[in-house]
Formats: sequence, structure tokens, C-alpha cells
Amino acid sequence: MKLHPMISALRRHKAGVVLIALQIALTLAIVCNAVFIIGHRVERVNRATGLQEQDLYLVSQQWVGAPTGDDADSIQKMDAMQREDLAALRAMPDVASVTPTNSLPLLNQSWNGAMSLNADAKLLDGNARTTYYFGDENFVHTLGLHLIAGRDFNAGDVTNKGFRNTSEPAVVIVTKALADKLFPKGDAVGKIVYLDGSGTPSTIIGEVERLQVPSTGSWAGSFAWNATIEPVRLNGNSSSYAVRAKPGRLLAAMKATTPLLYKVNPLRVLDDDSVKSFADIRSDAYRADVGMAALMGVICVILLGVTAAGIVGLTSFWVGQRHRQIGVRRALGARKVDILRYFQMENLLIAGIGAVIGVALAIGLNLLLMQHYAMDRMPVLYVLVGVVLVLLLGQGAVFNPARRASNVPPVVATRAA
Amino acid sequence: MFAYYLDLALRSLKRSPGLTLLMVLAIGFGVAASMTTWSVFRAVSGDPIPWKSSRLFVPQLDIWGPDSRKKGGYTDISDAFDYTDALALMRDHRGKLQSAMYQVSPSVVPADAAKHPINVSGHAVFSEFFPMVEAPFKYGSGWSAQDDQNRSHVLVLSDKLNQKLFGDVNSVGKSVNIEGKDYRVVGVVDRWNPQPRYYDVVNTGGFVGDGAEDVFLPFNTAIDVGMPNNGNTNCNEIPKEAGFIGLQHSSCVWIAYMVELDSATDVDSYKNYLDGYMRQQQQAGRFNWAPKYKLSDLPAWLDSEHVVPDDTKVSLLVALGLLIVCLVNTAGLLLAKFLRRSGEIGVRRALGAPRAAVYAQFLTEAGMVGAAGGVLGLLLTGVGVACVGWVLPKDIAALARLDVSLLAMTLVVAVIATVLAGLYPTWRASRVQPAWQLKSN
Repeated sequence: MKLHPMISALRRHKAGVVLIALQIALTLAIVCNAVFIIGHRVERVNRATGLQEQDLYLVSQQWVGAPTGDDADSIQKMDAMQREDLAALRAMPDVASVTPTNSLPLLNQSWNGAMSLNADAKLLDGNARTTYYFGDENFVHTLGLHLIAGRDFNAGDVTNKGFRNTSEPAVVIVTKALADKLFPKGDAVGKIVYLDGSGTPSTIIGEVERLQVPSTGSWAGSFAWNATIEPVRLNGNSSSYAVRAKPGRLLAAMKATTPLLYKVNPLRVLDDDSVKSFADIRSDAYRADVGMAALMGVICVILLGVTAAGIVGLTSFWVGQRHRQIGVRRALGARKVDILRYFQMENLLIAGIGAVIGVALAIGLNLLLMQHYAMDRMPVLYVLVGVVLVLLLGQGAVFNPARRASNVPPVVATRAA
Repeated sequence: MFAYYLDLALRSLKRSPGLTLLMVLAIGFGVAASMTTWSVFRAVSGDPIPWKSSRLFVPQLDIWGPDSRKKGGYTDISDAFDYTDALALMRDHRGKLQSAMYQVSPSVVPADAAKHPINVSGHAVFSEFFPMVEAPFKYGSGWSAQDDQNRSHVLVLSDKLNQKLFGDVNSVGKSVNIEGKDYRVVGVVDRWNPQPRYYDVVNTGGFVGDGAEDVFLPFNTAIDVGMPNNGNTNCNEIPKEAGFIGLQHSSCVWIAYMVELDSATDVDSYKNYLDGYMRQQQQAGRFNWAPKYKLSDLPAWLDSEHVVPDDTKVSLLVALGLLIVCLVNTAGLLLAKFLRRSGEIGVRRALGAPRAAVYAQFLTEAGMVGAAGGVLGLLLTGVGVACVGWVLPKDIAALARLDVSLLAMTLVVAVIATVLAGLYPTWRASRVQPAWQLKSN
């Protein structure tokens, strides 16, 4: 089939061609970027935290009238209260294990710092940024972490200290990501490190495969897998406990928790959010991401629908307009399939022009978003898939009008317009 | 004549119902998507105190030096205050009104022993905070500067907490037990929950979903009783001493600061003051880098703190893109529709209708499509705003609402946009040569 007659025919509909091509270009640009955003968010939401999330929940509570001082006596009193809570929770029939903790992945409350290979380094000169988790000898198995080297904490490792006390522990467990950053040879276990510019050495005794930091914000993205676990019960006027329920007993355990803690000590604050399953923590943390993905999805669907409908509308009009010419071609010997192919080719040509402009627009839009809204660079693959998609969309939309055109009988040529 | 054009438009639209429906759907969806995202954007980008925002300022002091930006990954000088500098600025008192403030989350013990204690949110502030942010009082007022100095145990309650503790009565003079200590109520704030919470963006991130703040306490009193801060604490080195006292002696930043300056002269002299203050600190040997400070008015401050989430802006941008595609689509369809009636236009023109009449006729038709699309858009915007609640974070979704201005805007945008999209097709229609049309028929 020759392109020349097609192009000269299109010249007579310049405005229509330009409008369809423009629409396809804009659609391509927006859909590529929207799908990229969706892909990015879905990937973010599906990251594994390193925890076994099923049957896990978090209890956060605050004591009223607890000692507020940072002196040794107050600290020991608060620690006694915390141990009382832990013992009560562990004695629950539906509970498998419990650990005190300052935070959990996705909770967006974190204590972050830097780990250094040298003593008394300035905080900013640390060798690796890390987040800190504080728990006892039950931390690793309560959260369901995989210990891949060294040993777990034992009861003898665990100490307690005031919430704002800056002394550092003798032993720590680190994630593989952090261990590999500090000791690229993979021999971190047994090595000495210094936390937060301290002069006190801490020994790495174990390595866990994976544990995400609490913060999901972009600022923490550079150290999302660098976590350090300290065998320390933190004492303050509030405390949190991560609880693993026995398999399938999550709801029962959660329901029994609040009355139990009030029974242990009524002078405390527990509200609706105090007992929260990890599934809820996860859905709260990623709500904005899921929402954004859903919104982009809806916009893509509307966009593709409108564009497809636009092509159908305009092509139908053209078919109607060229009714007689089609009849003439048929009378001169063109087969049905020739007419069908003609309209399909014509659409391919227009969509192709649109796609070329669209690729440029898509990349431009991505650059704009990168510049102003901290977006990542879009891989070329998205654009290529987008091009194929709009070409297919065009072919799909044009098929019906084109088939109607091919059904125009040759006899039309003999009638007046 | 307009009625005649309406009639013509209606006839023409009826003649090709498929095409008409297509245009109306496109406009409806395009406008609804834009208006829904706009309602969210409008909610989060509004000025929380429009009559005064240009007179409220947030200072920033570079107490961490260039290293924090080179190695620490900070992009700007620290956006909060350490205790020492916040108190020094309060002491010097160079603005008209000013307050250092920090976020607290103490528990309140109800007088009724059978009730469990409740956790409340609030801020420790200075007395000038209330006139500065113009908090509306239902009962009583804020405390006095004297109370600040005397470290009095007084507090201001929210309307909601007042209801909860005392019922709907004037509780001024009554006492409230916070963390085991009694505080005297001096005022009750009447429903006041500015969004974003502009006076402390650093700790709230701007938008707070769970209602207004419950309590305000004097800053010095809260420090005295050791009420810890509940917001962010950022340190570039580890405090040398332990505890809340250690935090107060450290260079960690955790305090928000705001000052009211009423004229350009005041702003200049305040800048001079900050400059002098930093120079003096440098000369005293506290740091060795060039003194640096910043003073931003509220709108600039909200902007630099990225209070409007990027997601909201991107959504609006993408939705506007969708609207443009819908308009291009409508322009194409209108063009097809109008040119198909070249014969009719030719007859009208030959019978003496001026070009202006052709314009009027076809723009009326475009406007009619726009109005129908707008009505559909209204319904879909309603659905959209209702759905925002389960796709967006609660704190932001709660702010997006449907009101008369949004509805009116939906209609106006739909009609104006469609008429704009109809301009080119109409222009083409008005160019139709009557003689040529008549002959070819």
C-alpha cells in the first residue's frame, strides 16, 4: 500500500489529524508517567520489612504519675513497672512471645544515629547511618527476624537505662546491610564499633538478614535497611511492647490486652490506637502511596477511555464523510480488506506521529516532575511499553469504524452524494 | 435569537446522540478529576491566617554550621531551635509579639476516679502566643507575661477538652490535674484548629488529622516540671548529659519559634538584631563559621517546609493534563460535527446571516455540551470528594470538602473550557464559503 494517497487525503483534514495526534501524544505522556508512579508505589508498598508480620501486634501505653526524673531511683522504678507489664503479657494464654521495643518498621517513630569504626568520632563523621531498636532477649524471635550469623541476645546481655541516657551497650546485633557497609569482607561478627560518636566500644555479636528502619519517609531512604538492635529496656513514662500471638489467635490476644494492662496498673493511658496489629501499622504507613497509585490508576483508565472514544468518534465521522469515495474505490476493484487496511494504516500513521511527540512529552514531563517533586528518572521501558499501548489502543478503536467502511457497497459510487 | 440557537443546538445534539454523549462524558470526567484534585490542593495550600500571614515570621539560626549540610545531608540551616537560643531570643524580646513553643503530650487525670486517665496533645508556649495567632477565646483569656515569669501553674483548654472535663460550662478558675500536678484554667479556646498548624510546622508536618490541640501551658512551667517534648528532636552531636535537662543544655533542635513584625522597618531591624546576635555568638567562640541566619514570612516558611505534599501537586498536575486531553478530544469531535453541517451553514450564510451569527450559533452549541458535561462533572466531583476519604491519608482527606464555590467552579470551568475548545471548530465553520457549498449540493 502506498502512503502517498493517504498523506494527501490527510492533508484535507489537517485540523482533525493534528487534534488526534496531539491527544495521543498527551495521553502517552501522562499515562507513561502515571504508570511509572504506580509501579514505583507498588514496589515501595511491597518491600518486605524483614518481620514475620502475621500474628504480630504492638502495644503502646503511657503511665500517669510515673517518676519523671532521670535519676537512678526513678529509672529503676519505671523498669520495675515495665517488667511487671512484660510478665503479665507473657502469661496471656494467646501470646507466644513479647519484647519491649522503642519502635517497629513502618511506625515512623525512630531513633537514628551513626555507627563508626573509630572511638570518639563526631556524629557527622560516622561510617554508616543507622536506626536503633531497643529490645530484650526476645526481640529477634518475637519479630521473626532471621539470624544469619553469630548469636542472639541472652538474658545476661540485657540492661536497662533511662529514655534519654546516652550510654552505649556492650553488645549489639546489626542487619546484614549495615554489617556489609562497615565490614565489606562479611566478617562483622565479633568486631568492635562505636555508636553515635561514643568512646565506649560495642561488639557485634550477631547479624540478622533484614530489618527495615521505622521511617518510610524519603529522607530515610539512604539507610532504609541499616538497623542496629541494642539489648536494652528503655525506661520512660511510656513504653511499647511488640507481641506475637499464637497462630490464629491475634484478635483474641489483642482484645484481652487492654483489660489486662489496666488490671496490672490502672494509672495509665490506653486509647483506641494503643493496641494495633502490624497489618494496621502497615496500611497506615502506606496509605498515601496506595491512594496515589489508585488515583493515578483511575486517571489512566479515564484517559485511555476518552482517547479511544475520541478516535472512534472522529474516524466514524471520516468514514461517513468519505462514504462515496469508498464506494468509488470498491467499484474500481478494491477489496473489502483494502478499505479496512486503509483506515488501519491511516490510524497507525496518525498514532505514530502522536507517539513520537508523546515520547518527547513523556520524557519532558518526567524531567519536570524530577526537578520539582523529587521523582525518580523513568526507565525507557515505560515509554516503549506506552508507545506500544497507544498504538494498540488506536488500532482497537479504529477497527469498528474501519470495518463499517469496508462494508460500504460499491453501488454507492453510482448514487449522488 | 438565543432561544433559537438553543433550539438549533438541541436538535443538532439529538441528531448524533452517540457523539454528544461522548463529548459530555469526556468533559464530565475531565472536569471532575480536576475539581476533585483541586479540592484537595485548595485545602492544603490555603493560607491559614490570610489577614496576618505576611506579618508573622520564623527565624532560623545556623548553629550547626556548614558541616551539617556537607556531611549531615541537611539541605538548609536547621529549621528548629535549641533551648539556649530560643530562650535568648525570648529574653531579648525584639519583635512586637513572639513565642518559643514545643509540643507536649501529657496525660490528664479526671477528677472522677472511676475514669481512666486520658492522653492530650498540646503546646508549651509563651503568653504572647495567643494575641500573635489571634486564638479565639470562648471563656477567659491567655495568661499574662507575669505568669510566664512566675512560672505559674495555669493553662488554656480547648473547647473539646473543656466539654469532656467540665461539661459546657465556664471553667475559668477551676483546676485540672496534669501528670499529678494541679493547673488553674485561665481560658478556653473556642473551636480553633488552623490547618496547616502553621505555628509549629516542624513538629506537626503541617496537617494534623486528629482534631484541635487540647491544652496550652506556659513554656517555663512545662520546662520546670520536666514535661518532655513530644515532637521531633534533631541532634548533630550526642548530648553530653542525660535526660531532658541534657537536651536543654545540648545543641539539639526541638523548639519552634514565631515572631510578629508589623512593618518593613521592624523586619529590617529584626534582621539586624539576628545578624548581631549570631556575630556576638561567633565572637564569644561558640562556633567558627560565618554567621548565618534566615527570616521567612509565613507563606515563604510553609513553602520551604514543603507543607503541601508533593503528591497533591503531582495529582493536580496530572488531573489538569487529563482535562486538557478531554478538551482536545472535544475540540476534535466538535470540529467533525460542525463541518458536517457545512451545507446548513452555507444556506444560512447565503440567506444573509453574518459570520457573528454563525459564531453565536455554534458557541451556543459548544456551551450547551459544556453545561451538560458540567452537570455530570458535578455528580462525579461529589463522588470523587467522597472517595478521597479512603484513598488519601486521613489528615489531608478530612480537609477536602464540597462547597458551593467548588460546585460553581465545576460548572464554570466546564462551560468555559468547552467554549474555548469550540472556538477553533466554530472559526472553521464561519469560514465556510456559502457559494461553494450551495453549488456542490
